[in-house]
Amino acid sequence: MKYTGTVIKYGDNVDTDVIIPARYLNTSDPAELAAHCMEDIDKEFASKIKPGDIMVAGYNFGCGSSREHAPIAIKESGIALVIAKSFARIFYRNAINIGLAIVECPEAAERIENGHEVEADLDAGVLRDLTTGESFQAEPFPPFIQKIIENGGLVASIRKGDFR
Amino acid sequence: MSMTMTQKILAAHAGLDQVQAGQLILADLDRVLGNDITSPVAIKEFEKMGAGGVYDKDKVTMVMDHFAPNKDIKAAEQCKLCREFCNEYEVTHFYDVGQMGIEHALLPEKGLVAAGDVVIGADSHTCTYGALGAFSTGVGSTDMACGMATGKAWFKVPSALRFRLHGKLRPYVSGKDVILHIIGMIGVDGALYKSMEFTGEGLASLTIYDRLTIANMAIEAGAKNGIFEVDEQTLAYLKERCDREPVIYKADEDAPYEKTYDIDLSEIHSTVSFPHLPENTRVIEEVGDVPIDQVVIGSCTNGQYKDMAEAAAILKGRKVAKGVRAIVIPATQDVYLKVVENGLAKIFVEAGCVVSTPTCGPCLGGYMGILAAGERAVSTTNRNFVGRMGHVSSEVYLASPAVAAASAVAGKIADPAEIMKEEI
Repeated sequence: MKYTGTVIKYGDNVDTDVIIPARYLNTSDPAELAAHCMEDIDKEFASKIKPGDIMVAGYNFGCGSSREHAPIAIKESGIALVIAKSFARIFYRNAINIGLAIVECPEAAERIENGHEVEADLDAGVLRDLTTGESFQAEPFPPFIQKIIENGGLVASIRKGDFR
Repeated sequence: MSMTMTQKILAAHAGLDQVQAGQLILADLDRVLGNDITSPVAIKEFEKMGAGGVYDKDKVTMVMDHFAPNKDIKAAEQCKLCREFCNEYEVTHFYDVGQMGIEHALLPEKGLVAAGDVVIGADSHTCTYGALGAFSTGVGSTDMACGMATGKAWFKVPSALRFRLHGKLRPYVSGKDVILHIIGMIGVDGALYKSMEFTGEGLASLTIYDRLTIANMAIEAGAKNGIFEVDEQTLAYLKERCDREPVIYKADEDAPYEKTYDIDLSEIHSTVSFPHLPENTRVIEEVGDVPIDQVVIGSCTNGQYKDMAEAAAILKGRKVAKGVRAIVIPATQDVYLKVVENGLAKIFVEAGCVVSTPTCGPCLGGYMGILAAGERAVSTTNRNFVGRMGHVSSEVYLASPAVAAASAVAGKIADPAEIMKEEI
């Protein structure tokens, strides 16, 4: 899986209440959720994101609630990949389960800046900052997780009979 | 090879003799939970799977608690979807308005969790049931959907931190102060991906309700689960409510804990988490002058009868300060009834509080006490993130029921021990 895009960067502990505030959880419509994604810390988010953009963040990204609406809102907004120093565990599971690409790489998340162009090869775990020319190595997913992602998420895995 | 409590439960549910941290397993589920916010997403995914039915109609559980009684038309539609699903698949444990309570107070009360169980819930505070010696953890809606269909979930076996508790709590200090103290110490990602296992002779002095509060907020330290060693109190609590036999898992003497923290309960003070992270803790003596607009006493963290009683002890004969709105939310119908029968409702109303039907409501900024721009609340809930209870510039200070009640009386964050010294 390869991704190339422009970076939008945030800090540590971006929680699910700012990714998608609970006042919008009376719906599960992806487009409606995406329209309000990140609005409490970045009002222009929904209007400025282009399909394929890459989100970079600090430690404990997605902490807080279990709401799957959070990765759904990010994915629907057009973000193709989230690179973070670390992810909160429920967000991590949810992203894998719904097929939002994520990768944990503290060094890359530290060095890559807002607006940089980044290329990511998740099979090899290699992240390249095309703006600076720097390269970073992340740990690729274990085969069990790769299979879920290859199948297009957990539901598709079950339908295929790969979950026994 | 030696194992932690969590690892033993997971091994048993994966049909393995041994597991170790980092191992990926597929585990059998004793209960799969969802609420009115997360279940609708799960139901859509479930329908895509074409499963034909739920794996066990007695083990799938849905509780309409977040935006119920329905706060608006969209919330009503979400509850309707859950209701119709549970009717269609004959789900036994569907809790609607009139029977429902806040899910993590309700499930233990109804005896739906036993020691040794593996529970997943599409709600991050599902970790609460670790208080009863179960492995329970929050997941998303897709995991819930797959759990409902297959009765299984994948887990990465967690490593663990051990918290050895000693001594006894001081007056007006409770489980909430213990967990806020710990989160202040290790940070909001201090236990990321890990188990928090609680043990030690100090457990004996913590009621089941203190333990439920502590386990509830394990997620606020990033943990996968919090779990307490089973003792006589656990068994007594379960015997009254749960018709299944508890299965007790004790950690091996040489279990592979990454770190052990020794905590003297008698040294813990009333503790408050300042905005906008639960780790921003201060002991009550160092809070300073923080005027407030609202107090919320309730939630899955602190909505039990014990919490109500601790708040009522402070509010009895006193008045909520002018300019403060105080909202009391018993977590379940059973707690609500006891609050009425035992005269607590009278104390609250005479003090100037409102007493609400069970709901998560204001905790996540749903309804029943939303904050305006710049307003401050002291709340017994679990999160104080930006915009959590309302306007993006509002502030939430997390505290125990005793501190919240004392603050309601003082009109600013206050020490219950000080308030109780003042003559009525």
